[in-house]
Amino acid sequence: MAVTSTYRRAGPVQRFWSVIKDICSRPSGAIGLALVFSHVALALIGPFIVPYDYTTMNAAQMLSQPSAAHWLGTDHLGRDTLTRTLLGGREAILVTGIATPLAVLWGGLVGVFFGLVGGRVDDVLMRIVDAFLSLPWILKMLVLIVTFGTGIEVLIPTLAFFYGIPVIRIARAATHDVVARDFVQAARARGHGRFTIIWQELLPNVRDALLVEGAMRWSWMLLAFSSLSFLGFGVSPPTPDWGLMIADARGFMSFSPWGVIAPMIGLSSLIIGINLSADALAKALGIDRAQKAPV
Amino acid sequence: MTTPPKSNGPIIAVDGLSVGFRSRAGAWLPVLRDITLSVGAGESIGLVGESGSGKSTLALAMMGYLKTGLHVLGGRVDFSGIDMFAQDRQSLEKVRGGRLALIPQNSGQSLAPNLRVGAQIGEALRLHSALPEARHAARVLDLLTQVRLPDPASIARRYPHELSGGQQQRVAIAMALAGEPEALLLDEPTTGLDVTTQAHILELLRDLARETGMAMVYVSHDLGAIARVCDRVAVMYAGEVVLEGTAAQILRDPSHPYARGLLASIPKLSDVCLPRALDGRPPPPGGAGDGCAFVARCAIATERCMVERPDLSRIADGAKTRCHLPQQVRSIPLSGERNAQQRQLPAELSLSLGDLAISYARAGLFERLTGRDTAKVATVDGIDIELRQGETLGLVGESGSGKSTILKSIAGLLPPLHGQIALRGQDDLPPRVEDRSAKHLRDVQLIFQNPDESLNPRQTIAQILAQPLKLYFGLSGQALIARTTALLAQVRLGAHYLERLPSQLSGGEKQRVAVARAFAAQPELVLCDEITSALDVSVQAAVLELLDDLRRDNGTSYIFVSHDLAVVKALSDRVAVLYQGRLCEIGPTVDVYGPTAHPYTEVLLGAVLEPDPDFVPSLSASDVVEQSPPARGCPFQRRCPKRLGAICDQTAPPPKTFAAGHTIWCHRDDLAAPQLS
Ligand SMILES: Nc1ncnc2c1ncn2[C@@H]1O[C@H](COP(=O)(O)OP(=O)(O)OP(=O)(O)O)[C@@H](O)[C@H]1O
Ligand code: SF4
Ligand code: SF4
Ligand SMILES: [Mg+2]
Repeated sequence: MAVTSTYRRAGPVQRFWSVIKDICSRPSGAIGLALVFSHVALALIGPFIVPYDYTTMNAAQMLSQPSAAHWLGTDHLGRDTLTRTLLGGREAILVTGIATPLAVLWGGLVGVFFGLVGGRVDDVLMRIVDAFLSLPWILKMLVLIVTFGTGIEVLIPTLAFFYGIPVIRIARAATHDVVARDFVQAARARGHGRFTIIWQELLPNVRDALLVEGAMRWSWMLLAFSSLSFLGFGVSPPTPDWGLMIADARGFMSFSPWGVIAPMIGLSSLIIGINLSADALAKALGIDRAQKAPV
Repeated sequence: MTTPPKSNGPIIAVDGLSVGFRSRAGAWLPVLRDITLSVGAGESIGLVGESGSGKSTLALAMMGYLKTGLHVLGGRVDFSGIDMFAQDRQSLEKVRGGRLALIPQNSGQSLAPNLRVGAQIGEALRLHSALPEARHAARVLDLLTQVRLPDPASIARRYPHELSGGQQQRVAIAMALAGEPEALLLDEPTTGLDVTTQAHILELLRDLARETGMAMVYVSHDLGAIARVCDRVAVMYAGEVVLEGTAAQILRDPSHPYARGLLASIPKLSDVCLPRALDGRPPPPGGAGDGCAFVARCAIATERCMVERPDLSRIADGAKTRCHLPQQVRSIPLSGERNAQQRQLPAELSLSLGDLAISYARAGLFERLTGRDTAKVATVDGIDIELRQGETLGLVGESGSGKSTILKSIAGLLPPLHGQIALRGQDDLPPRVEDRSAKHLRDVQLIFQNPDESLNPRQTIAQILAQPLKLYFGLSGQALIARTTALLAQVRLGAHYLERLPSQLSGGEKQRVAVARAFAAQPELVLCDEITSALDVSVQAAVLELLDDLRRDNGTSYIFVSHDLAVVKALSDRVAVLYQGRLCEIGPTVDVYGPTAHPYTEVLLGAVLEPDPDFVPSLSASDVVEQSPPARGCPFQRRCPKRLGAICDQTAPPPKTFAAGHTIWCHRDDLAAPQLS
C-alpha cells in the first residue's frame, strides 16, 4: 500500500522556509524568533522612531523619574533612557552579527580540516585548543584590546578569533562522526576524489551542527561584547550601548533604577531570544543539543 | 518477602486496550487497537510481527508504561489484579523491576560501564528485594549461578566490558531476576547476538521459565526464537492481534493469511528454495480503513474484507483468528517455490584471493624506527578463494570472524598484509582504492549492512544514484535521469521515489536503493555485507529475490556475508566457513550443509533455530567469545567439542578434500554432522 507518494524534495529556499516554519510551530521557537526579529528590526529603524536625540543632554532633568515626557526617566546627563535603550543594541548587533559568521566560518574550516587529517597533527592541535579554552576569555581579550585599541575594526576580528576556537572542537567532532559513517566509506570505495567526498558527503552533514553552534556562539558573543563595554573597552561614549549604560547608571541604582533595568531588559531579551531560537533550530534540524559540550 | 495476594486469574490481563497518539491534524491515530490478551502463571507467550506492528508498545503497556505522546484510548491492563494505568508513579515503580521485570533490547550493553557486575546486581537487590543487606552477597552469587555463568565469584568482580555479549546478557537477566518477578517481559533479548550465543540464552530462558514458574512475555520478530521459548503465540499486525493460539497451531499451519506469509518468508535450513516475499507494507497508524487491516496484501481477500473488519474469533483448531475466511487460508503456501541453486556456471574466474592476510595492528613508531616486526597474529590469514563468474559465495562465521574485514580488503578500503586480489584470473587489483583504475573501481561494488548508515541522509535518491553514473559513465541531463529511473525500476521502485530523501523510505526500500546504487556501476562482483540483517523477514525475502533476479539478468558474482546460515543457504552456490579469520571449510552449498562437516560448521548448524516448536537445537560448544586467534595450531582449538589433543594445539590442520571442491581444514578423519530432519 503506497502511503504517501507526494513527497517533494525541497530546494534550498523551500528548505529554509520549512525550517523556519518548524521553528515557529514550537511555542518557544516562535517567541525566540519574534524576539530576535524585533531586535534586528529595531536596530535598523530605531533612529527614525525614537522620541529624542540620544546625545541631547538636559542639565535641568538629570536622573529624573519616569514621566509622560520621559517614559523611563533620564540618565545622569539628562538624556532620555528610553531612547538610549532602544538604540543601545545597534552597535552590539552590528559587531556580533559580523563576527559570529566569521567565527563559525574559520573555526568550522579549521575543525573540518583537522578532523579529516586526523592522527598526530590533530592531537597536537586539540591540546592547544584545550589549553586555550582553559584560560578565562575576558583576560585574553583584554590583552588584545589593550594592545590594539577599541574600535570596531579591532573588536570584530578579536571576537571572531576567540569565538572561532571552540567552533573548531565542534566542527572536528562532527567531522569525525560523519567520516566514520558507511556512506563516506561507500564513496571512498566507489573511488570518488577527496574533494568530492568533502563537498558532497561531508559538508552537508556538518553544516547543520555548525548552524546551531553559530546561533549559540552569537548569544555568548553578545554577552562578551556587553561585558567589554561595561568595563569600558567596547563602545565609546556618547554612542548608546547597553553594557555602557549599565556601567554608567549602576551608581544611581538606588534612586533611579530604570537606568539599569531598561538596558538589562534589552540585553537579556535578545539573548533569551537567540537561545530559544537556537534550541528550536536544533530540534528542527534534528540535532540533539543536549549532547553538545558546553564550551 | 511479602507474597502478593494469590489469585487464580491471569497474572497479566489486557482487556480491550487501545493506545494512540494525536496527529498534527488533531485526530487520534491508534497504535494498538482493541487488544485482549492474558498471560497466566508459568505461561510464556510470544508476541510476533513486523517492525511497527506495535509489539513493543504492547509489552511496555503491560508495565503501565507508554512512550511520550502515546495515550490510552480505551481498555485496561491488570497485573495481579492491579489496574496498571490507574496507579500513581510511586506504586508503579514498586511493581516495576520487582514483581514485573523488563529485559529490553541490548540490555546487556546498557549495564553501567563503571560498576562491577556484583555491585550492579546488589543494587537491584537493594531496590527490589526484601532480603536483609547481609545476605545480598550470597544472593548475587546464587543469581549468577542461576543464569549459568561459570565461576560466579570471579564474574561478580568484573566490569561489564570484561564480559562477552552473551555473558552481559546473562547478567542483565540475573538483575531482572533479583526481585523474584512473577512476570518477565523480554523485548528482542537476543537480537544482535551470535547464533550460538542466542541459542544458549534461549535455552536459559526456557529453563528459567520452567524452574521459577514465572509468566513470560517474549517480543521478537524471530519465529525460531519464539518457537523455542513460548507455549502460546500472538501474531500482531498494524496494532491488532490477528492470530492467537498455541505455538504448534501458529507455527505449523496458521489460520491467518498474514501469519502464513510471515512463515513463508523465513529462510529455513530444511528448505531448498528461496523464501517467499510478502509484498507490500503494513498501513500506517490510522490508515487501516474500515475493513481488514491486511486486505491490501492478502492473496485471498474478497469484497467483504474491504468493508467489514473481522473479529478475533475462535475457529475449529482452537486458535483465535481475525479473518473472514479461515477455511480458505490453507490455500496460501507456507514455503517458497523458487529454487536458487543448481545453476550452470561458466568456467571463467571472477575473483581470486591468493593467500590473503589482513591485520588491523599497525606497526607503532618504535617498531618502525627499529625496523622490528611485531609478532602479532594477523586478524585474517591464509584466505585462498576462487569465485567463478555469476557465482555466489556465502561467507559465514560468528561476529569477529573477519567477514567484513575480508570484504573491506577486496574493496580496497583496508590494504592487506600480503596476498593477491585478482579479477578475472590475471588482473591484479592494487591494494589501495586510491591506486585502482576506473575499470577496477567499477568492477567491484560494496553494499553495507545498514542502509541508514550507507545512504547520505542529505542526498535525494536521485543524487545518490547519480553518483556512480556520473563517476563511471559521465552521464548527465536526460540520459542520467533515464538511467536512474531504469535502475529504480530494476529494484521495483517507482520514479516518484527519485526526489525523496532516505528518511522518507522504509528500511527495505532504502536497502533496495543501496542495491540499485551498486548495480549502477554494472559491476563484475558485488560484495554484500549482512545486507539483510537490519530488515524484517518479509523484506529480507524480497531483497533475496531481488539479488537472485539481478544475477540472472546481469551475470554478476556475489560474495554474500551473513551470520544467518539459513539465509546463506538459500542464496549461495558455494559457502565458506570462517573462524577467527581462518578458513575452516569451503565447498558447494549442498556439501557444506551436508553430512560431512568441520566441527565448527557443526556447532553453527546445531545452533540454528527453526520456526518449529519441536525443533531442538544441538548445542555442543560453549558460547565463549574469543578475542584473538591462537598463535598456532587449529584456530578452533579452544572451543572445539571434538578436539583430538596436542596435535590440534600445535599443528595447523591441513586441508582435506572430500567431494569435488569440498575442502575441510581439520585433523580428524571422522567428520559427520547430524542429519537435518
Ligand atoms: N577498526 C578495527 N581496528 C582493530 N580491530 C578491528 C577493527 N575492526 C574490526 N576489528 C577486529 O577484527 C576482527 C574481525 O572483525 P570483522 O568486523 O571483520 O568481523 P565480522 O565477521 O564482520 O563480524 P560481525 O558479524 O560482527 O560483523 C575482530 O576481532 C574485530 O574485533
Ligand atoms: S479478512 Fe479478508 S483480507 Fe483480512 S486476512 Fe482474512 S481473507 Fe485476508
Ligand atoms: S583440528 Fe582439532 S581442534 Fe581443530 S576443528 Fe579439528 S578436531 Fe577441532
Ligand atoms: Mg561485519
